[in-house]
Amino acid sequence: MVGIVFVLLLVVWLVVNLVKTPSDFFTVLLIGITTGSVYALIALGYTLVYGILQLINFAHGDVFALSGLVASTFVVSVFGLDETTATLGIIVGLLAILVFVVAFGAIVNASIEFVAYRRLRQAPRLAVLITAVGMSFIVQNVSLAVFGVNFRSVPPLISEEHVFEIGDVSYQWNQLFAVLATIPVLIMLSWVVSATRHGKAMRATSQDPDAAAIMGVNVNRTISFTFLLAGALAGVGGLLYLLEFNIRYDTGFELGLIAFTAAVLGGIGNLSGAVLGALLIGLIQAFNEGLSWYAPGSDWTRSIVFGILIAILVFRPEGLLGERTPEGA
Amino acid sequence: MRERLRRFGRLEPLDPLFSGWRRLPHNVRGGLPLLALVALAATYPYYVSSLPTDVPLILAFPDVGSAVTILVFVVMAVGLNVVVGYAGLLDLGYVAFYAIGAYTAGWFASGHFEQVRFHLGSVGISREAQGIHISVWLVLLIAGIITAIGGILIGLPTLRLRGDYLAIVTLGFGEIIPQFVRNADSLKGFDLTHGTFGISPIDSPGFGEGLNESVGLPASFAQSFERERLFFWAALVVLLITVFCCYRLRDSRLGRAWIAIREDETAAGAMGIPLMRTKTWAYAIGAFFGGVAGAYVASFNSGAFPSQFHFNISIFLLCMVILGGMGSLWGVVIGGAILSWLNVEGLANIGAWVNAHTPLDVEVAKYQFGIYGTIIVLMMLFRPVGLIPERRHKRELEEGTREPIDEPLYDAREQEGPEEAKA
Repeated sequence: MVGIVFVLLLVVWLVVNLVKTPSDFFTVLLIGITTGSVYALIALGYTLVYGILQLINFAHGDVFALSGLVASTFVVSVFGLDETTATLGIIVGLLAILVFVVAFGAIVNASIEFVAYRRLRQAPRLAVLITAVGMSFIVQNVSLAVFGVNFRSVPPLISEEHVFEIGDVSYQWNQLFAVLATIPVLIMLSWVVSATRHGKAMRATSQDPDAAAIMGVNVNRTISFTFLLAGALAGVGGLLYLLEFNIRYDTGFELGLIAFTAAVLGGIGNLSGAVLGALLIGLIQAFNEGLSWYAPGSDWTRSIVFGILIAILVFRPEGLLGERTPEGA
Repeated sequence: MRERLRRFGRLEPLDPLFSGWRRLPHNVRGGLPLLALVALAATYPYYVSSLPTDVPLILAFPDVGSAVTILVFVVMAVGLNVVVGYAGLLDLGYVAFYAIGAYTAGWFASGHFEQVRFHLGSVGISREAQGIHISVWLVLLIAGIITAIGGILIGLPTLRLRGDYLAIVTLGFGEIIPQFVRNADSLKGFDLTHGTFGISPIDSPGFGEGLNESVGLPASFAQSFERERLFFWAALVVLLITVFCCYRLRDSRLGRAWIAIREDETAAGAMGIPLMRTKTWAYAIGAFFGGVAGAYVASFNSGAFPSQFHFNISIFLLCMVILGGMGSLWGVVIGGAILSWLNVEGLANIGAWVNAHTPLDVEVAKYQFGIYGTIIVLMMLFRPVGLIPERRHKRELEEGTREPIDEPLYDAREQEGPEEAKA
């Protein structure tokens, strides 16, 4: 009931904004889709791990930031890419960096599982969760130690020319690129989870690890595989985020929480839910920061995102697309 | 204990001492070391200046001003221990309570609200000063109560959730409240928190002129030459009251209910423990101490600033509880003292010593939260019960790592020998 009223108010607010400043509205909408697609990559990592271990992997956001920072080193120092590099050079360079960063994120994430979480398989869930918080701080400090406190960014590698321009509304190639890069990743992920043996093992383990083990699934290896996948997604996310925004050692903490909110909003453990939630959160953030009529502004973004998180957990813990779990009961 | 000591050497000459000690009544045996510890702490301001300042590794002992901060953080750790240790509810947003407490002190014991003039037992403030000036002693209580109400408000909708969902919701509140105080400087034009500048100055506690002349108690801490010492003793009293309350609470009906919920919520509910009410109480009481500590810090620093209330503080406090041992009162006091000392000056001192005596050159203080993270992970992996475990919690945490409870009637491993022999 409260939810319906709230959603109605939200819709009214959006419509009023649309009528007042239509061009702002669409520009902001496109920005929201762009950020939302990067959030989706991170949110999927949370959802994958939560689905299989029922663990909020707090370190995930920091793995994302670390991958992004590593990518920045590669772009600037190793390959020396900038906007003057030939197109072919940029494509090859970015692909090489992508492969490396994906491998890096995957290995870091899987190592975290191997070092910290695996030993706690039988421990109370609270213990694992606390360990995850500790791991998050460790990874964050590794980033701090290696990359320092400054923001890292890369030169605009993807053209900032307009894809299209209708009236005042324009969409740049570099914004579209994030969306275009996300889609094949999502398709590949859903193929891995739904059609491969590993995916089948993952689904079985998430339903019932003991029964899966009896059926011959190597549970530990499946969990490692899940962490590898999640880390790979964090790596892709890190690179895409870097192409669009600045990144710093503590970027991952806040983005991680936003992405986690997205995963919860969509229904944690549910892959399409995570993508939907991430797009919604991206849109909400963009609308909040970009619209002019009664928008709280960027000072309040964090409060709004967490407000949504709390409201979802309290009123609909299973999320938009999820199924009811004992956790939320 | 004696047996263990004996292994290290001949302790027979000390036997009369041991047996005499054992013959003392139980409460004396428990109370004497405590009394000695309190006496040692209470006289700390008198002998701190004569302590050596070139101790290997730690260089110096904390001065009285740092000791105040340490004590207040221990109060918060003990408060968090009620939530995390006793009731087993992971709270990642305790900093919210700290912030609410500090800002309550800012609202009720400073000139922040210039529109009004209200004085109640304030000391060292001109009667004509604008703003709300309530005696800081009273403000501590008010802050505790307001924070406890805040805790209940946060708890009521969220305590239905279990485990990690609760953790994430508290984390959310811990992020929202500091951002709120940072931004709430023009809510419809009303300046509630003075934004990033914070509220300053905040009044100091004191006993007023009357008590000063008759009994010699300090009139106002701020105007005394011994400001830090007075704050130190008052902080010690606050800590002792907190520890006493938590000690008594643990063995109370409520405390036993918390522990039952921590160990098995479903079973506790089946035994007739009202789950929601009991958990809400844990939240409220934990929040209460956080609020008192926050108000006290604000009064000591004479200000409440939004930059103080970072998410890291929540983790830092959690780290104290984990290091000491979840649910173990003495463990948390000691874990809290160690970590807050590290935070205040220990890490910087250790870093300076390491840099001076080894070829290393590291900025230890920069990585403090990495160090706390490492402590958390190592403790959870290798000693989840903490430095000084609570007896009951130790058994509980070891439960999962031992053989399953429904053991088979015979032990398969015993059968292995003959089986193999047959093959």
